[in-house]
Amino acid sequence: MTTLADSLDLAASLIGGPDPELMEIVLLSLRVSLTAVTIATVIGLPLGALLGLTRFPGRQALIVLANTLMGLPPVVVGLAVYLLISRAGPLGWLDLLYSPAAMIAAQTVLVTPIIIALTRQIVESLWEEYHEQLRSFGVGPAGLVATLLWEGRIALLTAVLAGFARANAEVGAVMMVGGNIEHHTRVMTTTIALEVSKGDLPLAMALGMVLLTIALLINAGVGAVALRTHHGR
Amino acid sequence: MLRVLLIALCLAAGPAHAEERFITLASTTSTDQSGLFAHLLPLFTARTGIAVRVLALGTGQALRVAANGDADVVLVHDRPAEDKFVADGFGIDRRDVMYNDFVLVGPAADPAGVRGLSDAAEAFRHLAAARATFISRGDNSGTHAMETRLWRIAALDPAGTRAPWYLSAGQGMGPTLTMAAARDAYTLADRGTWLSFRDHGDLCVVLEGDPRLFNPYGVILVNPARHPHVKADLARSFSDWLVSPEGQSAIGGFRIGGHQLFTPDAGAD
Repeated sequence: MTTLADSLDLAASLIGGPDPELMEIVLLSLRVSLTAVTIATVIGLPLGALLGLTRFPGRQALIVLANTLMGLPPVVVGLAVYLLISRAGPLGWLDLLYSPAAMIAAQTVLVTPIIIALTRQIVESLWEEYHEQLRSFGVGPAGLVATLLWEGRIALLTAVLAGFARANAEVGAVMMVGGNIEHHTRVMTTTIALEVSKGDLPLAMALGMVLLTIALLINAGVGAVALRTHHGR
Repeated sequence: MLRVLLIALCLAAGPAHAEERFITLASTTSTDQSGLFAHLLPLFTARTGIAVRVLALGTGQALRVAANGDADVVLVHDRPAEDKFVADGFGIDRRDVMYNDFVLVGPAADPAGVRGLSDAAEAFRHLAAARATFISRGDNSGTHAMETRLWRIAALDPAGTRAPWYLSAGQGMGPTLTMAAARDAYTLADRGTWLSFRDHGDLCVVLEGDPRLFNPYGVILVNPARHPHVKADLARSFSDWLVSPEGQSAIGGFRIGGHQLFTPDAGAD
C-alpha cells in the first residue's frame, strides 16, 4: 500500500509550495468556517449564558434540545437549508443558493447549538462556584453575565474551537448548499470528496493532511494566546 | 435579529454577487469528472463572456435541482427521465448534444465468463448465474437507470429479490469503481469516467459495443415560464453553442490518452 506514502510526499509539497488554486480553496474554507463560527458565537454565547443563569419553565427541555442539536448530521442541515433557500423554497427570493453565504448559513446552524450547549454548561458551573461572592458585591445582572463570561473565557474559547472544528471538518452541508462549484464554492472538504470520487486517493489524502495542518496551526495559535492571557491576569 | 444575520451573510458572501455574467449548469459527474467541462467551458466563456458554474450531480438529482429552479440549464444522460422533465413542464427545447457508451467492467480474471459476449443483457444473465459480485450505483443516476433497464431486458431483478451478490452502493461513479476494484466485482460505467478514473486496480472492460449501451446526452433549458428568474437568454446561448459547429468540434476534440470520449451528434434528432 503505497498510497499513504504518496500522500505524505504530496502533502509536503502542497504545504511547501502551495499553488494558487489550493490557496483559493483554503482561503474560502477559512472564510466560510470562521464567519460561521463568529456568527454562531455572537448568537450562542448570550443565549448559552442566559440558559445557564435563568430559571424558567421549559428550561430543562431547552437544555436537552441544545445538547441534542450538537449532534445534527451536516447533510440534514444542508438539506434543510437547501429547502429553505432553494428557488422553490420560502427564502428563494434571496438568491443565496450555491454561494459562500449559503455555506456560512448552514455551518452557523450546525455550530450554534454546540456553542449554546457548552456555554450553558460552563456558565452554570461558574455560577454555582461564585454566586455567593458576586451577590455580596452587589453586582447587577448585566455585570454578572459579563463577569462570568470573562472568568470562563478559557473554557469558552475551547467551546468556540469545538465549533470551529465542527465547521471546518464537515462536508455534507457545504456540499449540499454550496454545490462544490469550482472557483466559487469549492472548499477543502468538498475538494477531498471530489478527489475521492475521481479515484485520486493520494491527492485526497494529501489534502486531508493539509486541512489537518491548518486546523493544528489555528488551534496552536489560539492556545498560545489563551495561555498568555491566563498567565497575565 | 434575522435581518442583521442576513446582512452579515451578504457581506460575508463578498463579491459573489458583483461577478460577471454567469449561468448555473446542473450536470452529471461523468461530464465534469472526465475533464470534458474543463476542456469545453473556457472555450464557451471566451466566445461569449458567460461564465458557467457547474453542479456535478447524478442525472436524477440534477433534474430535481433544475425542477426547483436552482439551475438555468441541464446537460444529462437519461432519455426517459429527460422526456418526463420536459413533459412535466420543467424544461424546454431538449437537444441532442453528444453520446458515448457504457462499458461493463469487471475483474481481469472474469469469473463470470462475460468476455467475448456481445449482448449486454446476456452478460447480465451470466453474472447472475455465476453469482458474481455486482456493484450498482443505486443513486438514480443516468448510469443507474441504464443498468436497471438492462436487468429488466435480462428478465432479472436482483435489487428487488435482494440477491446477496448484488450490492447497491448509493454513490457516484468514482466511489462505485473504487468499491468494485476492492471487491473484485463487476459494475457498469460510462466510458468517460472509466477512462479518466485513476484507481482502476485489477478492473478491465469485459464487454463493450452492444448498441444497447449507447449513452446519449441532451441539453435542456429550464422553463422560464415556470421559473421566471432563470437566465433564459444566457442559458440559450450555451445550448446554441453546444450544438454549433464550434461546440461540436470542441466536444469531438476532447481526448484522454488518445481516446475520444464523446462523439458529437447534434441535429441527429
